[in-house]
Amino acid sequence: MADTKVPPPATAVRREPAEPADRPRPRRQPRATAGSARMAALLVSPTLLVLTVVVLYPTLMALHESLYGPKGLDPETGFIRATEPFVGLRNYADIFGEAGERFWNAFWNTTFFTVVTVALETLIGVAMALIMHKAFRGRGLVRAGILVPWAVPTAISGLLWRWIFNSDGIANALIGHQVLWTTEGFHAKVAVIVAEVWKTAPFIGLLVLAGLQVIPKEVYEAARMDGAGPPRQFWHITLPLVKPALLVAMLFRCMDALRMFDLPYILVGAQKHSVETLSMLAQNEASNVRFGPASAYSVLLFLYVFLVALAFVRLLGADLIGDVGAGGRRRKGSRIPALRRRSEVTA
Amino acid sequence: MTTLTAKWRSGLLYAGVIAVVAYCLAPFYWMLVSSLRRTSDIFDTSLFPSVVSFENYRAVFDPAQGFGRALLNSLLVAGVTTVLALLLATFTAYAMARLEFRFKRLILTLIIATSMFPVVSIVVPLLKLFTDIGWINSYQAMIVPSMSFALPLAVWNLTTFFRQMPDELEHAAMVDGCTRGQAFRRVIIPLAAPGIFTTAIITFIAAWNEFLIALSMTNKPGMQTAPVAISKFTGATTYETPFGSQMAAGVLVTVPLVVMVLVFQRRIVAGLTAGAAK
Repeated sequence: MADTKVPPPATAVRREPAEPADRPRPRRQPRATAGSARMAALLVSPTLLVLTVVVLYPTLMALHESLYGPKGLDPETGFIRATEPFVGLRNYADIFGEAGERFWNAFWNTTFFTVVTVALETLIGVAMALIMHKAFRGRGLVRAGILVPWAVPTAISGLLWRWIFNSDGIANALIGHQVLWTTEGFHAKVAVIVAEVWKTAPFIGLLVLAGLQVIPKEVYEAARMDGAGPPRQFWHITLPLVKPALLVAMLFRCMDALRMFDLPYILVGAQKHSVETLSMLAQNEASNVRFGPASAYSVLLFLYVFLVALAFVRLLGADLIGDVGAGGRRRKGSRIPALRRRSEVTA
Repeated sequence: MTTLTAKWRSGLLYAGVIAVVAYCLAPFYWMLVSSLRRTSDIFDTSLFPSVVSFENYRAVFDPAQGFGRALLNSLLVAGVTTVLALLLATFTAYAMARLEFRFKRLILTLIIATSMFPVVSIVVPLLKLFTDIGWINSYQAMIVPSMSFALPLAVWNLTTFFRQMPDELEHAAMVDGCTRGQAFRRVIIPLAAPGIFTTAIITFIAAWNEFLIALSMTNKPGMQTAPVAISKFTGATTYETPFGSQMAAGVLVTVPLVVMVLVFQRRIVAGLTAGAAK
């Protein structure tokens, strides 16, 4: 590979202090030597380099850019400026002023969509998973069917639902009266939520189903012998045991919903007050060459996403990488070894 | 008595199964049916088209829409993204699954964290950068940002696949005199082929479905990817949305994915749920 020329990050190649050869080593790492560290650095650094270029560098650029204002007329000199003036934190401060109304609207839309869609998806997804888990015949068919919404590109599903929610469309024909779904108003939010939940609830269903399938049957038998009915079995066995899988699915859905763009953009349109999300706001400002505010909004969205992810991991104990880091902190989660081993998360 | 309730229960279960399948497929079916209607009866709400017509499909391939070119653009952008991501991810994932090194957990967490990164946060600064260096309306302007989500996705999926393969495979090869590199090339890669293939499909679908980057980085119709081109289809007049041809184009863009998903459903499900519970 040409990658061998890439200088590996200094931290990763730093050798371990030479160990005496006879020192007992931890079980899962029979060859954790300086040689394997160098090889790891070689294998990992190309990926890190690419991610630095496509993620870290743009993020720093956005931070920098967010401190600059738009080109245009300089109010002090009356000349047209060729460069963007430095404005310090004004792009951020503006959020609390007059111009902040659009930001806060987008912020609340984003939050509202995230909370409502993830809640609905979780309910529908868990119900789907329970049905699929019990059904033996036709499981392959169901699984194939459930993958279809996932495979439909979000942009296309936006168009599809725009057609369904058309004023003369099938949705109005089914409910029997005319709603102008894709115009401003609460109904536009409803349209976006219905479309989003359709596409993503099956995904949660799939992840929860996988979680259900590794629960040993003996646990249920024991519970039945102890006289627990189906509802108690669900609350005291199923739910706690699929919780790790469910939490990770929900974390993913939250991250995805917080950056929602395609669906409201196509289903309802750009610059629509009732469905504009933070992603749409930032993209709109950037395409109008107002890079300063656009960058400030995207930095704020990034922070928001980061805080939500942190809350998931810290407060709810969502564990993303499972057992990869040997000796890393263990999840408190399930007590059943088979399940714990198998619920490492990596999808 | 018990047989009766058992019958009821299984009946209820199948009703549930049918409901789940209907929920997932009905909107897709509606797209298919609508695409097969004539423009004159596009607003019909019958379950089958009264006359099956391919009028909309012909309209899609009208040279004025430039849809063929858009499909090619999509194929190129998603294809190159997938190949690049897999090339880098295979090595990284192998290291994550098999080697012990410092900061492994931190590095993997960072890589996974980038997959949750809001795409708009990199599109905004890159849009400015690419405008300055004249990359707007180029393939690389779509491929480079796409790596930000494709690469973490691929690393993550492959790490799981490699971890599921028994250590003994390489140990045996290395006992037989292979170096670690040879063991990787001659033993691991061939055996991991199904996992790599599944990861390729999942990554390709993610790249194929990308919209925000493609929308922001292009303004020439000839460079748009299929999802962007379809969203900008124009009808006979400016005020008339060409729903029929949009549905037909939607079917054309989705059907290859749906076929792929149906053929490889077992593997894809395994890949998608690898983390959650596999």
